[in-house]
Amino acid sequence: MNTATHALDPHGAHAAAPTGILRWLTTTNHKDIGTMYMTFSLLMFFVGGAMILAVRAELFQPGLQLMKPEFFNQLIGVHALVMIFAALMPAATGFANWMIPLMIGAPDMALPRLNNWGFWLLPPAAILLTLPFVLALFGIGDGAVATGWTLYAPLSVQGGIGVDFAIFAIHILGVSSIMGSINIIATILNMRAPGMTLMQMPLFCWGWLVTAVLLIITLPVLAGGVTMLLTDRHFGTHFFDAAGGGDPILFQHLFWFFGHPEVYILLLPVWGLMPHVLSTFTRKPTYGHTAQVWSFIAIGVLGLVVWAHHFLTAGLPVPALLYFMYSTMSISLPLAVLFFCWIATMWRGAMSFETPMLFAVGFIVLFGIAGLTGLVLADVAADAQYHHSYFVVAHFHYALFTGGIMGVMTGVYYWLPKWTGHMYSEKLGKLHFWLTVVSFNLTFMPQFFLGLAGMPRRIPDYALQFAEFNAISTVGSFILGLSQLIFAYNIWRCVKGGEKASDAVWEGTSGLEWELSSPPPHHSWETQPVSKA
Amino acid sequence: MNASHASTPHAGHYYVPQPSLYPVFLSGGMFLLALGFILLMNKFAPGPWVMTAGAAVIIFVLFRWFGAVIGENQRGAYTDWEDQSFRQGMVWFIGSEVMFFAAFFAALFYCRTISVPALAGMDPLFTLYQGYAGGWPTSGPKGASFTPMGAWGIPAINTALLLTSGVTLTWAHWGLMKDKRSQLNLGLILTVLLGVIFLGFQAYEYHHAYTELGLTMGAGVYGATFFMLTGFHGFHVTLGAIMLAVVAGRSLSGHFDSKRHFAFEAVAWYWHFVDVVWLLLFVVIYWL
Repeated sequence: MNTATHALDPHGAHAAAPTGILRWLTTTNHKDIGTMYMTFSLLMFFVGGAMILAVRAELFQPGLQLMKPEFFNQLIGVHALVMIFAALMPAATGFANWMIPLMIGAPDMALPRLNNWGFWLLPPAAILLTLPFVLALFGIGDGAVATGWTLYAPLSVQGGIGVDFAIFAIHILGVSSIMGSINIIATILNMRAPGMTLMQMPLFCWGWLVTAVLLIITLPVLAGGVTMLLTDRHFGTHFFDAAGGGDPILFQHLFWFFGHPEVYILLLPVWGLMPHVLSTFTRKPTYGHTAQVWSFIAIGVLGLVVWAHHFLTAGLPVPALLYFMYSTMSISLPLAVLFFCWIATMWRGAMSFETPMLFAVGFIVLFGIAGLTGLVLADVAADAQYHHSYFVVAHFHYALFTGGIMGVMTGVYYWLPKWTGHMYSEKLGKLHFWLTVVSFNLTFMPQFFLGLAGMPRRIPDYALQFAEFNAISTVGSFILGLSQLIFAYNIWRCVKGGEKASDAVWEGTSGLEWELSSPPPHHSWETQPVSKA
Repeated sequence: MNASHASTPHAGHYYVPQPSLYPVFLSGGMFLLALGFILLMNKFAPGPWVMTAGAAVIIFVLFRWFGAVIGENQRGAYTDWEDQSFRQGMVWFIGSEVMFFAAFFAALFYCRTISVPALAGMDPLFTLYQGYAGGWPTSGPKGASFTPMGAWGIPAINTALLLTSGVTLTWAHWGLMKDKRSQLNLGLILTVLLGVIFLGFQAYEYHHAYTELGLTMGAGVYGATFFMLTGFHGFHVTLGAIMLAVVAGRSLSGHFDSKRHFAFEAVAWYWHFVDVVWLLLFVVIYWL
């Protein structure tokens, strides 16, 4: 079908498309752009990972061995910003670019040039984030942002040049995400194959639709917040200064109005792809498609009105504390619906455990721990003890590593044969899975205990009684970091060659994306299919 | 599957543009602009030069990129299908702008209703700021004194100017729909003029605030929210006026007809959005 329509291509100039580096700089093709997003994400995953391994090495023993506390602070802040904005978000956007047009039967994204711009904004932002490290080596400035990724005032008002770099990196990343979101919404609303109603649309697209709306609602508020931070730093305003009538807590409100929905921005694309994987490897249709759609929407809406649970100890009035506690806990209802649907999809299925399925099941179990510890943290009375402790660090790594990054790995293993036309090595994939799951728990499970015992986060040194658990955690983190090299090698191997993948790739797949060849032709659905759903 | 293609509503070919260097250059320009600004604020000599280079790249790319889109449109590359994508894009972009302003309005409301009353109401034994009475406008417990901006002078005139510009723009739209080209052109030119006069008054008002009222960005939370909100609004009026001027130029060279005029409508939506923001500003910044 595709060769036939290609001959009719009225523009006919595709043969002259640039090759080499120019192909990637100039491309307007959703698959090329998706590949760039995924590659960038993998690269930055290792950059952010290297930073945190240095941190864990410092924390291996009490006392200061490797670095000054200032540099330690820079590493943890930039680690978080890199992992969130330059590793996880681009990976999800890469999935969206690759898969949404294939799934909904679209010829490409709705706004292809804008799509390219969205990607090429990322490298400048990553350079801005990390450049201060390099400048400091030449005696310019005092290094990267050292406030933690939350940039709380007044610390960030007083901080060095690294804060300015971080502010503009966030601005550029924000533009990138908003352009990407606009494109995804326009694609989903305008480019679906005839016959595909919104409710029949694949859940991955639904997860991204809610994500994109959340990004458009919340990212501009973060942009406004860091702009006020910039004027407080350099132009004499007093937004976050009580002497002028302002309030540092105002920054926390603005930051977390973005920051909490950001968690769902990172997780919703993964929640969207899970049902596809579970349904494929249990050879059963997804359980509760409509219920999952409404859960996504409910989580998106609730996610916008619970932000202050990130600073319950900041001195908010009691009615506000109660409101934010109950509203936060109410999110567990739609989330429980999702868990139920995932498990019900597997119920009595003809299950097989290829690597993507292993990651999916691992995700469900470990992400469940993130959800349950989140409930504990939302409790105002209990939070007074847990706040700003390693319990929080462990909680959000269970949420964002297993919920986010393991979800991305699920998707990569699931779709890689479709993208490259080759099967990856199942043996290496399984090795990667088991090493990742075991070492992840080895790294982060002790941190729950450390937090309960009272170890505060964001410190380079600690009291002696925390030594054993920190040593275990550091050993775990190095195994975790090094096992990701297997992941990278497996991807590289799969791109280079290997056993040919069939069009449907897996036995239990359903959906338009599996009707195309593996890899799909340069212009996937040049003529739209008709959805049979 | 082929048989069903004829019945699809979008039987045509969606226009996917040729590979383009504009995006990567625009990103490079933004990088230079940001880097230059950081250097400038931290008093490194190359700052202004790097900024200028970045701004030049951005302006050049925007000229070429928008030029390319207009060219594609004029030679008929776009159908209703692509048009719909552009419309979706513009609507959601304005949505993001609404949220950008919402952040500054939130800061204003937070300071007026939470932080200033809290600072004024603290127990005298536990406050650094004894005797601070709060109220609004205020420059805070340690701020310098200033005179707030009155609502019924220049701001009221500016309100009238922007509301009138909304009317002239709609009048131009009617001209376009009824194919009355001179009404369209005149309406657009009047709208641009009203926007420029608005900006002139705004500049005069800022000068007045700084030189005579002691109202500066440093005048506590009143000064901060005043200049942040009106300043970003003024910046948006400037962008809107530039976009309107481009649309006016295209209209004078015969672009747009009653069926196909996405650019006109997009700019009109943007202009009305800026209008509504001003009305809110007028009420909560100047008046109440």
